[in-house]
Amino acid sequence: MSDVYVVGVDMIKFGRFPEKTVPQIGAQAALLALDDAGLRIQQMEALYCGNLYQANAMVGQRILQEIGQTGIPVVNTANACATGATAFREAWMAVKAGVYDLVLAVGVEQMGKGLLGGGGGGGGIPKEGLLGSGTMPAVFAEAGMEHSRKYGTTFEQFAKVSVKNHHHSTMNPKAMYQLETPLEMVMNAEMIAYPNTKLMCSVNVDGSASAVLASEQKAKELGLMKRAVRVRASVLTSDPWQERDLVLPDVNTCTRLAAKKAYETAGVGPEDIDLIELHDCFATAEILHYENLFLCKDGEAGRMIDEGATALGGKIPVNVSGGLLSKGHPLGATGIANIYEVSTHLRGEAGKRQVPNARLGLTHVIGLGSACGIHVLERVS
Amino acid sequence: MTPPASTPLPVTDFLKIPEGGEPYLEGQKCKACGAVFLGARGVCSKCGARGQIEAVRLSDRGTLYVYSIVHRSFPGVAVPYVSAVVDLEGGGTVKGNLIGIAPDPAKIRMGMPVRVVFRDALGRKDKEGNSYLSYFFEPA
Ligand SMILES: [Zn+2]
Repeated sequence: MSDVYVVGVDMIKFGRFPEKTVPQIGAQAALLALDDAGLRIQQMEALYCGNLYQANAMVGQRILQEIGQTGIPVVNTANACATGATAFREAWMAVKAGVYDLVLAVGVEQMGKGLLGGGGGGGGIPKEGLLGSGTMPAVFAEAGMEHSRKYGTTFEQFAKVSVKNHHHSTMNPKAMYQLETPLEMVMNAEMIAYPNTKLMCSVNVDGSASAVLASEQKAKELGLMKRAVRVRASVLTSDPWQERDLVLPDVNTCTRLAAKKAYETAGVGPEDIDLIELHDCFATAEILHYENLFLCKDGEAGRMIDEGATALGGKIPVNVSGGLLSKGHPLGATGIANIYEVSTHLRGEAGKRQVPNARLGLTHVIGLGSACGIHVLERVS
Repeated sequence: MTPPASTPLPVTDFLKIPEGGEPYLEGQKCKACGAVFLGARGVCSKCGARGQIEAVRLSDRGTLYVYSIVHRSFPGVAVPYVSAVVDLEGGGTVKGNLIGIAPDPAKIRMGMPVRVVFRDALGRKDKEGNSYLSYFFEPA
């Protein structure tokens, strides 16, 4: 089986587009990715579309109505916040299997404001604030507090994640925000669910991202190898049984499982990776994933953020795009937007936030419930 | 419309109110591997054993595993409150509100002993006007 390459990839600037439809937002990124590759929709053999909130509404087909209805197969995927990564992986798998040589993947979401999760459901009375909290800020606060419990991680250390990622986004014109948020500002922002303040919660935005994937033969035939990015590993896991998983969703075990498999498949270790885009849906989560992705030993994540090891210029830059905290988190688009970010660095086209000489990058997403998607990407030339 | 029930209804299906007895939380235990769950099921999600799940009475004692202090919630939900994940003695992990303690990280200690108490569901009623009995955690 030959390698699979990203030959075109792009995202729209994340923002709020209530006047647009979901397919319209998705179509924008699809066209950008096709343009990036210099290809046309008529050359695509299949479309893999990731969207969560309209999972029953044939979003992929409706994107084709906006960019060209060529009759190709369309697969619509939904996998919580791993939706985009899952669509990309389905596209990768089809090319890897030799079924197609050239396919398109699109991730798109239209969000609206407010708290996610905690809706409850079921009959009777609302349970939110009665049986604890099911809101995402609280759920990830509790996941962070597990780290505090084990290793003494502090509110300030969690807050530093947000300072770093907001700083990174000042160099990313496609991020929702380009604003510095000093430590006092992050810690004194409105407390949402201790220890997550408002500036430590990802931004609900609308957005889309898209990638064109090609077989090696096709990429060479089209003369697209120069800017191509090789997919070295594509891994998806679900959450294995864990005693507290039902009440304290376990984002750690499925990430560790995926990370091990990804490093093994790519034949590399965490020390070989030049940059990472990981799932900082809340500042607390980023700390956990330093250890889950084996960037440091268990218990050392607090020190990593203190020492600036994961800032641009540090040992292993994490979320130089600004991350979900500042770039924004349109659920279904996030997985492919991460791939855009890492690919842009591997191509040496990331401008002011460029990680110098980046050769290998890793993307990570978690969909609560749970799904973990990891991709390892490599510069070709 | 049916009239409201004369006694409160359980807030969730794992809260049991035996006639003439004290309320308690019920878990589901796998006889094959010992895993304890909340909520009925036919197959063990840990080991996959079939027909091995039995209902067990969960302890009303436990320890605070982790928590969050919730300051922003949906309209009508009183804040701040403490959302707590508690490991019960003998197995079973349950999430609920921790009451009887200041919502202050300086006061709350992970690992502290707690007990399960049963109270009215903060005055919340359903469309038919039924009252509900809920469970809470309190420092022990
Ligand atoms: Zn079992």
